[in-house]
Amino acid sequence: MSAISPPAERIWWKQPIDKLEFTWIAIAFVWSLVMFVMMVYWHIAGGQNLSNETYKTTKEMFAAKTQAVVDKYTVRTGTDAEKQFPVVKPPAGSDIYLIGRLWDWWPIYELEVGKTYKLHLSAMDYMHGFSLQPQNINIQVHPNYEHVVKITPNQKGTYSIVCNEYCGIGHHTMVGRIYVK
Amino acid sequence: MATTYRICPRSGLQFDTAAEKLMRWNAVAGVLALLLGGIMALGVILTRWPAVHLLPADQFYLALTSHGVNMLLFWIIFFEMAVLYFASSTLLHCRLATPKIAWAGFWLMAIGAIMTNVAIFQGESSVMFTSYVPMQAKPHFYLGLILFAVGALIGCFVFLGTLVVAKAEKTYEGSIPLVTFGALTAAIIAIFTIASGAVILIPTLLWSLGYIREIDTIMYRIVWWAMGHSSQQINVSAHVAIWYAVAAIVFGAKPMSEKVSRSAFLLYILFLQLASAHHLLSDPGVGSEWKVVNTSYFMYFAVLASMIHGMTVPGAIEQAQRAKGYNKGLFEWLRKAPWGNPAFSSMFLSLVGFGFLGGISGVMMGTEQLNLLIHNTIYVPGHFHATVVIGTTLAFMGLTYFLVPVLFRREVLFPGFAKLQPYLFGLSMYVVALVMMGAGTLGVSRRHWDMAFAGSGMAYEWPGAAYLMMGLTGIAGVVAIIGGGGWILQIVFSLLFGKKLDEGETRSTPIPLTLPPQTGAHAAHIGTPGTMVLALVFLVSFILYYFVNWKYLSSLWGMA
Repeated sequence: MSAISPPAERIWWKQPIDKLEFTWIAIAFVWSLVMFVMMVYWHIAGGQNLSNETYKTTKEMFAAKTQAVVDKYTVRTGTDAEKQFPVVKPPAGSDIYLIGRLWDWWPIYELEVGKTYKLHLSAMDYMHGFSLQPQNINIQVHPNYEHVVKITPNQKGTYSIVCNEYCGIGHHTMVGRIYVK
Repeated sequence: MATTYRICPRSGLQFDTAAEKLMRWNAVAGVLALLLGGIMALGVILTRWPAVHLLPADQFYLALTSHGVNMLLFWIIFFEMAVLYFASSTLLHCRLATPKIAWAGFWLMAIGAIMTNVAIFQGESSVMFTSYVPMQAKPHFYLGLILFAVGALIGCFVFLGTLVVAKAEKTYEGSIPLVTFGALTAAIIAIFTIASGAVILIPTLLWSLGYIREIDTIMYRIVWWAMGHSSQQINVSAHVAIWYAVAAIVFGAKPMSEKVSRSAFLLYILFLQLASAHHLLSDPGVGSEWKVVNTSYFMYFAVLASMIHGMTVPGAIEQAQRAKGYNKGLFEWLRKAPWGNPAFSSMFLSLVGFGFLGGISGVMMGTEQLNLLIHNTIYVPGHFHATVVIGTTLAFMGLTYFLVPVLFRREVLFPGFAKLQPYLFGLSMYVVALVMMGAGTLGVSRRHWDMAFAGSGMAYEWPGAAYLMMGLTGIAGVVAIIGGGGWILQIVFSLLFGKKLDEGETRSTPIPLTLPPQTGAHAAHIGTPGTMVLALVFLVSFILYYFVNWKYLSSLWGMA
C-alpha cells in the first residue's frame, strides 16, 4: 500500500510520527519563526524599510507639485546627454517629486550625501518601476497614487533610475538620473 | 450511463474508459500549449541574450506575453485536469462523474486558450501575462482567459463530483489515497484561484469594452495576484502529489506518515493563498503590517509545509529502498536508485531544484524588506523558472514517461534519449534559474527588450558580470529548449508511431479497492538518516543565503 492507494491502516491518524521527521518539523518551524521575527526586527532596528506613506492624487496635481519644485530649485538645464531636463538641487530635508511617464523619469535631481530627502513618486500613465542602479533599490510606481519615501544617499556618485515595469514599446529607453554629491 | 473499465496490464491501474479519453485529450492539449510556449521561449531567450538580440521590441513583447500565458496557464492547467481525473477516477477505481460536462469544460478551455492566443498574435495585446491596468489589451484577450478559467472550474467540480461518486458507490475502503488528497488540495486552491480571476478579469473585460471608466491599479494588483500567484500554488500541490505518486510507482514507497503529509497539504489550503501578497511588497498603498502578516503567511506555515514534503518524499523513498536491502552507509539507497528511469530522475531533479533554487529564493523574495532588492528584476523569473519549470513542468514530464505506456498504450520511442532528457532539460534549467537570479541580484530588469538601452539619452552601463550572466542565460536557455523540445518530439512520436501495447482486460464493472485485514501491528520501523542529512544541508544553505541578503540590504541607501 503506497501513496496511490488508500492508507493501509484505517485509523492512520493515530500512527506515531517518525522521530527524525518530527525533529525536522520542529527545526523548520523554529526557522519560520526566526524569519518572521527578522522582518519585524528590521522595522525596529534596520535602516532600509519601505515607507507606507501614500496618498491618492491625480496626474494634474502631481505634475503641478513637481513643476513647483523644479521652478524653485533648478540650478541648470541639463546637457543633451541629460535630455536637457532641468537639474534640480533641492535643500536637504525637502520634499522632492519624481514623475514616471512614457518614457522618462523627470526631472534630474542633485542630492547631498548623508542628507535625507522625502521622495514623492507617481506615474502619469501606466505603472512604472523605479529601479535605482547600481544600488538596486526597486519600487513599484502607480498612477494616481503618491508614494512618499524617505531616502538618505550614503555614497557619492551618478545613479541611474531604470524603469523595470513593462510600459510599452519604448520601455527600454526609460532611464533617469540622480546625482549624489 | 454505462461506461467500461480497462485494467492496464502494465501497471494494474484501472481506467474508466470515458475518463481515460479526457485525460488523453487534456494532456495532449497541454503539450500543444507547451510547444507554442516553447517556441516563444526561444524568441524571448534569444532576444535577452545580449550578443544575439534577435527580435525587434514589439515582437519580443508579443513573444513574452504568449510565452507567459501559454506556459503558466494553458500548459499547466490542461495537464492538471488530466491529473485530477487520474487522481480521482483511476486511483479510486470509480467512474468519472458527468463526463459530458467534463467535455464541455475541456472545449471551453480549448476555445479560451485559442481566443487569447489569437488576441496576442494579432499584436495589440502585448500586455504580458499579468496584463496590468491601465495598459489595455483587446477584449478577446480577457474573454479567452475567462472562458479558459470557467472550463477549468468545471473540471474541478467534475473532480469533486467523482470523489462523491466513489464514496457513494463504495469503490474504496478507508480514506482516499495521499495522492488523491494532494489533488484535492490542488482542486480546492484552483477554485479559489479561478474565483479571484473572475473578480478581476470580468471588470477588466468590461473596462476594455468601455463600460467601466477606470480600474484602480493597486486593487488590480492585489486581486490579480490572488489568481496569478494562487494558480502557481495549484501547481505546487499538483507536483508534490506527483512526487508522492512517482515515489509510489517506482519504489512502492509508502508515506512516512500519512498524518504529517496530509496535514502539510492542509497547510497549503489554509495559507498558500496569502502568499499572493508578496507581489505587493514594493508597492505603495498597502501597509507594512499587512505585508508582514501575509507574507510570513502567518509565520511561514506554507513554507513549513513545503519543507515537510521536501523531507517526507525522499524519506519515503529511503525507507522503501532500505527495506529492499540498500542499507549501506547514509546514501546507498540514493546511489542505487534508478537514475536511468526518466520518471524517477525527473521527479528527483524536480524536488531538489524546487527546494534549493525555487524555495530558498522564493522565501528571500517574499521577505518584506529584502523584496526591495529584487522586485521586477530578472531575479523573479529566475525564481519561478525554478519553481514552475523545474518543479512543475519537469515533474509533469517525468509522469508522462509513465503515462505513455499506461494511459496511451504506446511504447516510448528513443529510450536512450528518454534516459538523458531529464538531465538535459532539468540541469540546464538549473543553470538558467541560477544565472537569471545572478543577473537580477545585479539589478537587471525583467521584461526588458534591451539592457543596453539603445536610443535612451541617459543609458545606464550594467557591470560586465550582468552581461555575462545574461549571455549564460541565453546559452543555458537554448539547451533547455532543446531538452524540452526533444521531450515534446519524443512524446508526440511515441503517441503516433510507438509500438501499440496490449490494452488489457475491459470490464463493465469496476473492481473496488479493499484494505488488507487490520492487524494493528506495524511493520518494522526504518530510519531515514540520509534524508535528514540532505535536509540539514538544505537548511544551512537556506540560512546562509537568507542572511547574506540582509547584509546586502543593510549596505543600501537609508530608507524609511
